[in-house]
Amino acid sequence: MRETPLSNCEREFILKNISQQRRLDGRNAYDYRDLRIAFGVSLGCCHVELGKTRVLAQVSCEVGEPKQTRPHDGVLYVNVELSPMACPSFEQGRQSEEGIELSRLMERCLKESRCLDMESLCIVSGEKAWHVRVDIHVLNHEGNILDCASIAAISALAHFRRPDVSVNGEEITIHTLEERNPVPLSLHHMPLLVSFTFFSQGKYMLVDPSSKEEKVMEGKMVVGMNKHRELCTLQVTGQMLLLKDQVLRCSSIALTKVTKITELIHQALDNDKQARSKGEKHGFAVLVSGDKVTANRLPKIEVNVEKFEDSDEMDEGQSCSDDADAQNGIEELEMQTEAAPRESAVEILTKGVGVIGEGGASTWLDIPQENTKQQAAKKRRYKSVAMEEGIGS
Amino acid sequence: MAAPIGNVVIPGDSFSLMQLKTPDEHKKILLGPGLKEEDTEIKVLRPGILRYRKPGVYWVDCHHKRYVPSKGDSVVGIVNQKVGDMFRVDIGSSEQASLSYLSFEGATKRNRPDVKVGDIVYAKLLVANKDMEPEIVCIDSYGRSSGMGVVRNGGFLFHTSLNLARKLLNPQCVLLKSLGNRFQFEISVGVNGRVWVKAGNDIQTIALVNTVIASEFKDNDQIKEMCKRISKAVSRMEVD
Repeated sequence: MRETPLSNCEREFILKNISQQRRLDGRNAYDYRDLRIAFGVSLGCCHVELGKTRVLAQVSCEVGEPKQTRPHDGVLYVNVELSPMACPSFEQGRQSEEGIELSRLMERCLKESRCLDMESLCIVSGEKAWHVRVDIHVLNHEGNILDCASIAAISALAHFRRPDVSVNGEEITIHTLEERNPVPLSLHHMPLLVSFTFFSQGKYMLVDPSSKEEKVMEGKMVVGMNKHRELCTLQVTGQMLLLKDQVLRCSSIALTKVTKITELIHQALDNDKQARSKGEKHGFAVLVSGDKVTANRLPKIEVNVEKFEDSDEMDEGQSCSDDADAQNGIEELEMQTEAAPRESAVEILTKGVGVIGEGGASTWLDIPQENTKQQAAKKRRYKSVAMEEGIGS
Repeated sequence: MAAPIGNVVIPGDSFSLMQLKTPDEHKKILLGPGLKEEDTEIKVLRPGILRYRKPGVYWVDCHHKRYVPSKGDSVVGIVNQKVGDMFRVDIGSSEQASLSYLSFEGATKRNRPDVKVGDIVYAKLLVANKDMEPEIVCIDSYGRSSGMGVVRNGGFLFHTSLNLARKLLNPQCVLLKSLGNRFQFEISVGVNGRVWVKAGNDIQTIALVNTVIASEFKDNDQIKEMCKRISKAVSRMEVD
């Protein structure tokens, strides 16, 4: 399907506001959107949300022959899928130019940074080695797929466990998950991609562009870096000239972003590990918990409006402070349509893994009409959530 | 049991004709989107709220993002291409709509309207047929513009869900009323979910855009509260 064109008025408005240091969603120029990392029940499955952009990465492995040129190494495949689900303009099957660029960059980021110890994937030199495959599926495209995909890929690799193997002479046994604990891949470091977009001949620079900002940008620079200040990838596209200072500034911004994100990934991994060891519920099921039928919700737009808030609203202002201090779980803001009033007494009897509609009889169809007044009164009591602060600061 | 008007229905639900009929018989019943007659039953095809309007119109109101053209709808479109004496306009439907350059107010073969690629037009659907390309016009049957035409002079265009656009077009819309008490702005809303707004300055415009988007899942009291907070915050930002 054809992509929705960008109208002149949108283009002018966005460019004008960028030149006045304002963004549509109220972020500052160097702010990331809200980042959420979640892991699935299966090992090596990672779901990352960056604002409304969503990416799912899944790592899998199989035993195969190593490459003839590198008989002591395992093999790493990286595959990026852009389905029409993410954006109607992406075509099924055929890789677009954008898709090829994306998968090449991801491959460069993961393979050429040598973050994964390939030799540890070798079972018998020249005969058997592990083939590790990272499948990255873009679920929704709202700009900056690249950063989101790189976070998802590296988190999935860190989360993945491969079956243990023992070699006894000629005999190779692959132990099932029940026999022996699976072993993690040895990751040396975590390279992450940070993209910078440039406007007005490189005069203005933005981090984490939204899809509309990507449409009006003049050029893009992608910096791949790990938290040890090691540059892994660098790519510049578009028609513009960049000054040396600008490049250096980008790399220093990238460093702070990468350290923050790496911390977040480790925190998410820890949380998942703890939940697993304690036998608590883990995986994506946690995301749909909340003991209610989740109809629709809008994510909270976080804008620092502290200086504009009244003193009595101070508590709200402080919660909207940092861009990247998102929690691993989803902080539920239930914005339900009138279609599914939350007072409709859908009772969830057991607190199990959150399956929608679990427990309790459905009372959807016979909601008594007299209740509407009570419902309105009840609704008022719910804490109104601070979503309205979507103003450029 | 009467049909659950105003309540949630789910695909697969069915009613008999008797349930839908109002006490006074012999009236015709009109089934809108989301309902389908099958043998003697009426089946629900979409999850949503069952709505009814006098004398006998029933439909299912649900969250929707893809626009399906229907005749007489007022839409906001983006001019995508100039082909001979036609413009191709993106109105969010599966096919692009065509707009003749003669269907503007005061346009003749000599006097062509000033429309560029990338402009926004507010127009009405003249032809909407599932087998044909939709056609839009910027004049009414008297040849006057009656508010339609190219939308110019800045502002910002954004996309919402279709039900939010319909909510905004409701004359009793609380959001627009309470925003109108606090800001001066121009707005044009198309039933295809495209909304163009322009306020006094860019800060206000951004605030309005975000308010409209944030209002989607709020009830009227929450909307009023939100508008109050927004106007406070905006007035302080403008002082800074």
